[in-house]
Amino acid sequence: MFYREAGDFKTSYAADQQTFPIKSERWLFWAFIAIAFLVVPFFINDYWNKAVLMPLLIYAMAALGLNILTGYCGQVSLGTGGFMAVGAYACYKLMTAFPGMDMFSVVILSGFITAGVGLLFGIPSLRIKGFYLAVATLAAQFFLVWMFNKFAWFYNYSASGQITAPERTVFGIAVTGPSTTPWATYLFALTFVFVFGWVARNLTRGRLGRSWMAIRDMDIAAEIIGVSPLRAKLSAFGVSSFYIGMAGAMFFANYLGAIEVTEAFGIEKSFLVLFMVIIGGLGSILGSFLGAVFLVLLPVLLKNIMVGYLGWATDLAAHVQIMLIGGLIVFFLIAEPHGLAQLWRVTKEKLRLWPFPY
Amino acid sequence: MSIKKLVIAGAMAIMMGGAPALADMVFPSLSYRTGPYGPNGIPFADGYADYFTLLNERDGGIGGVKLKVIECETAYNTEKGVECYESTKGEGALVYQPLSTGITYQLIPKATADGIPVLSSGYGRTSAANGKVFEWIFNFPAAYWDGASIAVNHIMDVEGGDINGKKISLVYHNSAYGKEPIRTLEELAKKHGFTFTAIPVDHPGQEQKSQWLQIRRDRPDYVLMWGWGVMNSVAIQEAANIRFPMDHFIGVWWSGSENDVLPAGDGANGYKSLALHGTGIDYPLYADMKKYVIDAGKGAGDGSHAGEVLYSRGVYSAVLAAEAARKAQEISGKKDITSADMRDGLEALEITSARLAEIGLPDFGAEFKATCANHGGSGLGKVQQWDASAKKWNLITDWIASDRELIQALVEEDSAAYAAENNITPRDCN
Amino acid sequence: MSPAFLNFIEIVLNGLMAGIMYSLVALGFVLIFKASGIFNFAQGVMALFAALTLVGLQTGQVPFSHLINAIFGTELHHWGSGLHTVLAILFTMALMILLAWVIERVVLKHLVNQEPIILFMATIGLAYFLEGFGDLMWGSDVKVLDVGLPSGGSLWWEDVTRTWVTEGSEYWGMYIDRLDVAATSVAVILVVGLSAFSQYTATGRALRAVADDHQAAMSVGISLRTIWVIVWSIAGFVALVAGIMWGSKSGVQFSLSLIALKALPVLILGGFTSIPGAIVGGLIIGVGEKLAEAYVGPLVGGAIENWFAYMLALAFLLVRPQGLFGDRIIERI
Repeated sequence: MFYREAGDFKTSYAADQQTFPIKSERWLFWAFIAIAFLVVPFFINDYWNKAVLMPLLIYAMAALGLNILTGYCGQVSLGTGGFMAVGAYACYKLMTAFPGMDMFSVVILSGFITAGVGLLFGIPSLRIKGFYLAVATLAAQFFLVWMFNKFAWFYNYSASGQITAPERTVFGIAVTGPSTTPWATYLFALTFVFVFGWVARNLTRGRLGRSWMAIRDMDIAAEIIGVSPLRAKLSAFGVSSFYIGMAGAMFFANYLGAIEVTEAFGIEKSFLVLFMVIIGGLGSILGSFLGAVFLVLLPVLLKNIMVGYLGWATDLAAHVQIMLIGGLIVFFLIAEPHGLAQLWRVTKEKLRLWPFPY
Repeated sequence: MSIKKLVIAGAMAIMMGGAPALADMVFPSLSYRTGPYGPNGIPFADGYADYFTLLNERDGGIGGVKLKVIECETAYNTEKGVECYESTKGEGALVYQPLSTGITYQLIPKATADGIPVLSSGYGRTSAANGKVFEWIFNFPAAYWDGASIAVNHIMDVEGGDINGKKISLVYHNSAYGKEPIRTLEELAKKHGFTFTAIPVDHPGQEQKSQWLQIRRDRPDYVLMWGWGVMNSVAIQEAANIRFPMDHFIGVWWSGSENDVLPAGDGANGYKSLALHGTGIDYPLYADMKKYVIDAGKGAGDGSHAGEVLYSRGVYSAVLAAEAARKAQEISGKKDITSADMRDGLEALEITSARLAEIGLPDFGAEFKATCANHGGSGLGKVQQWDASAKKWNLITDWIASDRELIQALVEEDSAAYAAENNITPRDCN
Repeated sequence: MSPAFLNFIEIVLNGLMAGIMYSLVALGFVLIFKASGIFNFAQGVMALFAALTLVGLQTGQVPFSHLINAIFGTELHHWGSGLHTVLAILFTMALMILLAWVIERVVLKHLVNQEPIILFMATIGLAYFLEGFGDLMWGSDVKVLDVGLPSGGSLWWEDVTRTWVTEGSEYWGMYIDRLDVAATSVAVILVVGLSAFSQYTATGRALRAVADDHQAAMSVGISLRTIWVIVWSIAGFVALVAGIMWGSKSGVQFSLSLIALKALPVLILGGFTSIPGAIVGGLIIGVGEKLAEAYVGPLVGGAIENWFAYMLALAFLLVRPQGLFGDRIIERI
């Protein structure tokens, strides 16, 4: 009733092809963005920032990156943790080597450096496919983490190998270091996620995105119709690593502030981001966000309900929480194997016809 | 739809997470009872909580103010640690003891900015001992570098004072924590003339065949270990397998709990580790603990861990925090202390053997006195040895001092680097 | 022989043994992948769960005691001195079969014909669930597992090898862990048994038929779902064996589930679908990583084993993208 296209006339191709073709959906989206940019910063506190929104935004960014590679181009990768580490360490080296540089440039440059590394580790994908490739990217994961742990140059020869983000600013406002205000780091991350979410959306429906999807659906057929697997696969690795690198940089500099590579960027991180992408929906921008919501917010939510409200012992709650998450993953897969994004799409279809479904 | 509902419900739940604090003294416990290091986190968290419960039950709190422990599960994960910190800091948290070097590093800048002290007894950043730079961070009674030096001093005692030309290897957890002692050991090697080799083991450390084959080939005179979790028990098992003399194998205080030696069975007999505090259950305090807490069914765990090394570590950490709180009440003259008062209390903390006996833990920990410049305590430690037939740890030495001169120089160097990186002007005090 | 050469042999031998330990874990993956095309992420957790159950039964722990105590305020710990090892193993096996049945009922049944990555994701959900469930059931302390396997270095072998060295040079004999020898024997029996089972029994033939072609197998009257239960049960059994071997070494604790990571390079090297592949892959990875750690490690600072195993597997894959023994990938438009 409220969500329908009747009376919503399109007079140009541009209007017909926009991301949100239905007016009410467009309104909803922009209202949501307006709230995120204009309302949330006034109400945000440290807890919301550090425990909820920052991890959500940063994981969404990483999931977006992985989704480009896995969801759109069909190359399963388990090197996400390693690539995030590249972003984080690139960010650290840039921050300490060029103290005057503003954070926007630092994060974007870190992204580019990661993209370079990603290209390098993407080369085997030209020959190896499927699960074999997934496990082959683990080589990148383990090697990169080992490298950052081993060579003291990466952590500026500090005694223990931890890296700590010094204070850096954007327009004179601190966004890293201990004395940041919650709204500043939040807006910083949100800007990145919004801008690059928009870029990803348009990349994936352009020529490049179509070549990725052609490779995903059937690489031999794609090759025959003139899509170059070399270019498509490597560009997917590059773009994906660019996103993941930025996520890693923000993860280190804006979110945690101090990092130890073995702990923060271990294999668990690679799996976690992959889970987000699959749960959210492969090949869906919205899915990246939903997956991050599911795996970042749900544990916090469950914990707060069980410990905060029900007053359970923390270990009991932790065990039940992980069981519930496992159960929910299975449940959602059975309900909708194509992820939460598909669930949302189906819901929209139903809404469109409501209240007269036939 | 369901997702949306969940998010909304979640938002509400998160917003209101945790009940508002009463006028209690709040000691958050960032514990870990799950995950790869859970087996070690459980006894510590039990001991920490049980001591505060004891004070509440027996003495009615500290100075008449009840104590409240808010437990938050971190699973030894820094991100969850941050979540726990942010969710508990608003409840009037007095001091944080995260039992994780990673989380401690995380909290150092944050807690400093928020004005909440962090006490990392025997872990965390060693150079935090320099109170001039690290105003809010404490790591008494001893830190990793002290540990390395204590171990070497113990070896010197055993060898009759001369270890020139001996070979000492370090088996370490390949992480920030494990790498801590390397620098100190290298310096000590130069000073005392022993050969030093460092052998890394990757997390989690289930497979250490290469490392122990290397040790078997090199035949070092002593092996030191900086391990945690499953790595400890595997290392002890492998050492027993290659028939390395166990009394020449010395772990840091985090590699010397029941969890580490029991899986190796009889093979672990004679294994040594450093100790920050007494072992066993034969302290008057534990009688009270049994009476007021465990038998009364108020224990944090099932009570089966009482007297274990890591349980005692938890109790000891709680004792230090409680004593500091007492001191803080004394200094500020208030009953309801703030975290700033708590910091003053920690900085003025003095642990004497008389006071320890009063608490019911005679000669349990080392004597020390914190000052404005010294947040690192006296750097004393003992050595304990495992008796596999009796299944218990025995203390075999008196307090051993570390090479403070050498360590102080390293602390100054590292803290100066931190101060420079973060634009901190060191406080002027002695 | 010179000590350096003997050292080399020692490293190779120990690498082979370590490789067998990896193969034990990898076998479970292969079995399930072969029969159902599922990459079972939960294999490691299944090993942990099996080992936890075994210890729990052996020592007579009350399952869910923590939960029960928390709800009813009781003080349950143990219900007696526990079962005999053999009985405990049998009961554990029964539980693993039950688990396989439940998994088929609750999860797999609903996901027939889905893409591999979806099934993979479902096993991740399963892994999460089992992890929490195992902890809840048996607690997360370290448990000592003793099923009477030998352990420690073999003195006899040390004495024998000591005589091999050239006169006059210092050598202490070769080291070999008796637990590894036991594991190797068990692995050999397991592989022979599994091969015989799939070769000579009706069920085994049905298994192979399903592995070859689901639809064709169904059309000749093989029940896919029964086969799945059987396969998951066998995988549960392999998990139990792996859990016992690894658990005897380090005690049973959460980290046991991480051994799955050690099996991944073995899998890609050997191919997901080949049982001999898992064994040969394990041997190559074991020897390769131990040699690298011993001879390359000191040059770059050590602890290179983990990534080296993957690099080695990657190098093999570049030559043979389907793994050493994997089915040939035939692509048609």
